[in-house]
Amino acid sequence: MNKKILLSLLLMLLLASPVEAQISVLSCEPEWASLAKSLGGEHLAIYSATTNQQDPHQIQARPSLIAKARQADLLVCTGAELEGGWLPLLLRKSGNPKIQPGQTGHFMAAEQVTLLEKPTVLDRSLGDIHAAGNPHIHLDPVRILQIAKDLTNRLIKIDPANQTNYQQNLKFFTEEWQNAKTQWDKKTEALRGKVIVVYHSDWVYLEQWLGLIRVATLEPKPGIPPTTAYLSRLVSGLQQTPADMILYTRYQEGKAVHWLSQKTGIRAVAVDFSPATDETLLQWFDRLLDQLLGSPAPRKGQF
Amino acid sequence: MRIKLLVASVAIALFNFYPAFAVDDKPPVKQQTDNSFNPAMSLILDGRYANFNNNPEAYTLPGFALGGESGLGEEGLSLGHTELAISGNVDDKFYGRVALIIDQHAGHSELGLEEAFIQTLGLGHGLTITAGHFFSAIGYLNEQHEHAWDFGDAPLIYRGLFVHQLRDNGLQVSFVATTNTFLQLGAEAFSGSRFPAGGEQEDIGAWTVFANMGGDIGIENSWLLGLGHWNADDITNRISSGHGHGASPEIPSFAGNSKITAIDIVYKWAPNGNAKDRNFKVQLEYFDRREAGTVTLLESSPLENTDYDGHQKGGYVQTVYQFMPEWRTGFRYDHLESDNDGSDYHILSEARLDNEGHTPKRYSAMIEWLPSEFSRIRLQYNHDESSENADDQTFLQYTHSLGSHGAHQF
Repeated sequence: MNKKILLSLLLMLLLASPVEAQISVLSCEPEWASLAKSLGGEHLAIYSATTNQQDPHQIQARPSLIAKARQADLLVCTGAELEGGWLPLLLRKSGNPKIQPGQTGHFMAAEQVTLLEKPTVLDRSLGDIHAAGNPHIHLDPVRILQIAKDLTNRLIKIDPANQTNYQQNLKFFTEEWQNAKTQWDKKTEALRGKVIVVYHSDWVYLEQWLGLIRVATLEPKPGIPPTTAYLSRLVSGLQQTPADMILYTRYQEGKAVHWLSQKTGIRAVAVDFSPATDETLLQWFDRLLDQLLGSPAPRKGQF
Repeated sequence: MRIKLLVASVAIALFNFYPAFAVDDKPPVKQQTDNSFNPAMSLILDGRYANFNNNPEAYTLPGFALGGESGLGEEGLSLGHTELAISGNVDDKFYGRVALIIDQHAGHSELGLEEAFIQTLGLGHGLTITAGHFFSAIGYLNEQHEHAWDFGDAPLIYRGLFVHQLRDNGLQVSFVATTNTFLQLGAEAFSGSRFPAGGEQEDIGAWTVFANMGGDIGIENSWLLGLGHWNADDITNRISSGHGHGASPEIPSFAGNSKITAIDIVYKWAPNGNAKDRNFKVQLEYFDRREAGTVTLLESSPLENTDYDGHQKGGYVQTVYQFMPEWRTGFRYDHLESDNDGSDYHILSEARLDNEGHTPKRYSAMIEWLPSEFSRIRLQYNHDESSENADDQTFLQYTHSLGSHGAHQF
């Protein structure tokens, strides 16, 4: 009996104190998990609350996420209300003071950069709009670099012992990223001025960077699924002014996109909106741009 | 017209597009964060059309002594709970929330307090303390607002035991463990001011303990298991509705102790864990109540009372399937049992504690249209065998929200 108690106590101790004191990071979206991994390496134990197959607007504060939030030293999310439906609840239920708003362990990427499409009129008849601006900032390589810098500073604040490591990682990441960006800019010359149709207005930063022209969205209003009447209006509109591609994410309803693509003959491009679990941001950007250029190197799926 | 619109949008796109070339590789400057409105405010608008075959005023649930307003609600067109909620972080240590409900009865509006509590944010060690007026953590639906429920009415067992939902003035302490499987333990102390406790006590009128566990199985499946126990040791005067006797109604009053044990299980599925377009949920709750004491018929002359040994139990199981964006459908089955004993059966019967040899059951089906995250129209049908005299009930209900974004609770 005593042995059993001793054994279970030992087990609890083992569970409570991991061998290596890693900083526990909870990231809301895979892009921040990838970025944190590049910047923190082996010093961080990272868990992403969502995969790239999930719409980050639509997550619930489910038990497993509360358990992760309870243990986190650092929360890395997009912010700007993208996670407004579930993150506040998750934070309240976690009982973890470290990651509450205003604390060092609360890092919102959108607070580090300027946002586009900040609405001047806030009215729900316009759909589910974000008051702070468009939150899908991870599609802009320039903003990514700014966020990487700020995230590194945050990591140093939380774990000053490994400051040199974090700074080295940032230096390496920045160099690699800038080189890649030069190549991406060259490679995507062909995309400048291309006309696109998108499912949801989550591409604005990519549009601005690559010089794509968005003429329509499949959702009549942000967050509102397309209706048949609206789609047929789109078809007639696109017959007058043809577009080069229809862009949507893998987690969005493909049916309407395929229908529109068939009706208009415009190429539909389904991309992963975020990196896969083991992918770096750089690899994912490469893959995304290849898909846009029409030389797909797909990891999975049909396109 | 359409073409004009299109041309206009192209022009706008081009105009917006022009500065894109001007962007060089300088990182954008950090912006002044513009605080969104604090505190968050939300307003729920709720109304319905109800059709019953039986007279809703004559509703009974044999074997269960119903509290105050635990009926079917009004027939025809009526308003549900109009709810105004204000919440937000008070500072870096506390969160606060108030929810007011406006109810309409026979043309009169009544203002009620549904929630008014503060909650700690920064205690650490996984501890959270809540104080004020709040929903008890026992049961699964109990902690949710009724406008977040998948059916327009409460499960029969909630109606039978709690009138509607269990809430009271009190204090809650909860603890979340540092485990990968979610584990939460907690306890509550209540004044006992509301049904099914009876009358405010000088110290603690009722208390609970609860435990919740949950996690994911792979990426597509999530589960939650809850256990709870509610206890009121010293109920002195719990009023319930009895048989009306014309001019001099005799009002049943219970004194004694009461214990409720609860279990709930919730399972959810979504393809790739992406609930946006399709998802499935099954939930089950079961409650078991034992009571011992006396039942007195107030206003009776001479004053009648009986020893009372009550045992009531039951629950429901329901499934909801979102089969395409904006559309959900669901089914629910309720089942109750009771086995009440006393020295005077006549009085038990007067107090509605005689089950009349009947086991209450109800079958419900619903379909919902959700034009956006903020609006919902629901059509619901119940075949209600609460009592011997089965009833068919149809509801058409709207529930819309204004203001802050509702929380996606599990």
